[in-house]
Amino acid sequence: MDWTQYLNPLMQGALVTIELTIYSTILGAILSFAAGIGKTARNPVIKVIAATYIEIFRGTSLLVQLFWLYFALPVAGQAMGIDLRLPPVVAGVLALSLNIGAYGAEVVRGAIQAVSKDQYEAAKALNFTPRKTLWRIALPQAIPEMMPAFGNLAIQNLKDTALVSLISLSDLAFRAEQLRNFTQDSTTIYTMALFMYFGLALVLTAMMKLLERYVSRWRVGAR
Amino acid sequence: MLFGIPWDTSSNLAFAVSILPILLIGLWVTIQATVLGFFIALVVGLVWAALKAAPTRVISWPAAVITEFLRDTPLLIQLFFLYYVLPEFGIILPAFMTGALALGLQYSAYTSEVYRAGIEAVPRGQHEASRALNLTGRRTFTHIVLPQAIPRIIPAMGNYLVSIMKDVPLLSVVTVLEMLNVARIIGDRTFNYLIPLTMVGGLYLIMTLIASGGVRFLDRRLPKTGIPLK
Repeated sequence: MDWTQYLNPLMQGALVTIELTIYSTILGAILSFAAGIGKTARNPVIKVIAATYIEIFRGTSLLVQLFWLYFALPVAGQAMGIDLRLPPVVAGVLALSLNIGAYGAEVVRGAIQAVSKDQYEAAKALNFTPRKTLWRIALPQAIPEMMPAFGNLAIQNLKDTALVSLISLSDLAFRAEQLRNFTQDSTTIYTMALFMYFGLALVLTAMMKLLERYVSRWRVGAR
Repeated sequence: MLFGIPWDTSSNLAFAVSILPILLIGLWVTIQATVLGFFIALVVGLVWAALKAAPTRVISWPAAVITEFLRDTPLLIQLFFLYYVLPEFGIILPAFMTGALALGLQYSAYTSEVYRAGIEAVPRGQHEASRALNLTGRRTFTHIVLPQAIPRIIPAMGNYLVSIMKDVPLLSVVTVLEMLNVARIIGDRTFNYLIPLTMVGGLYLIMTLIASGGVRFLDRRLPKTGIPLK
């Protein structure tokens, strides 16, 4: 078989990979901010919940999390009399975003705590409420600082989507494996798959650079 | 029964206790793959770092492209590539070796950056002072730069060791019997995935907590001013 004949099925897989990356990056970003801000909170309950979530999802392997959600959660649900069987897409997106969200949370926490103390004192002196201080003072300064790390995490997330092929989602990795079983032409197929992932990563990097410029636009002499 | 160890399904607790030794056999394979993968990453990463620092672009540029490629493509695909493609070129490795090689190659791209950053973080003044003291380039590197770079490099490497350990379950797709694969087999045979998979999660948590505690300890203990090589 000619390599051009592999293009169509691989492209279909790449579309699924792109979708999964978009969903899990957005959901992961929301979780990052929720848990990252939660960990800086004064309320001990919120703090403990955020810290536990971060520790569990950073401390275990993504594949373990994925298999747990897909294979073990239904069993746990059965024991409690609830139907917790997740469709592969939901289990995949959930595992990816919970995992990347835990890593992102540490980035958010670090950036918020890196905002200089004077800024918080000034906000207090100007009688800002804690909520307003967070939204108007801390986050606008912290977000540009998070962007380089978020860029790396987005790439990490794109690479991690390949794992969902193991719970039978037909992404790029799954299509490549399928084609290989069918044609035995491993060298061509996997080389193409590698380059397609590389291409996607380059596009994603460029997009994150644009986003970085957008969130730091208020800076004097922005980078 | 797995590895000759039977399990007891009479109660949840008895089941968990009876499969623990089986999971620990898997854990041992996980640790071996982690250590071998880490070793390959350290050595190959050093090679990339040296090539990227080469004075001519003919060498440094391809090395930069290759490491970028290794970093930006999924470990799973790299693993399949090595597993299926190497035999076509007459290189037949056991699955465990192929897996460790894939881990090592992917992480060599990361470690090469750690080496580079560690060496570049040594202040310029140190180089200038060495020059003023008439030290040769070689002596400057081995006696001045390296001793100061090493304390910066070690904690970062420790973090990648933990990351490698968390990526080892991927080797299950090429039939390596590491901990997650063992847990899945137990699940397949007993129809109980909840207990083995939760135990694997717990064991991972214990391992990473110990490892990151070790990294923090090293980070605190290493002299910031540098480690003399003699």
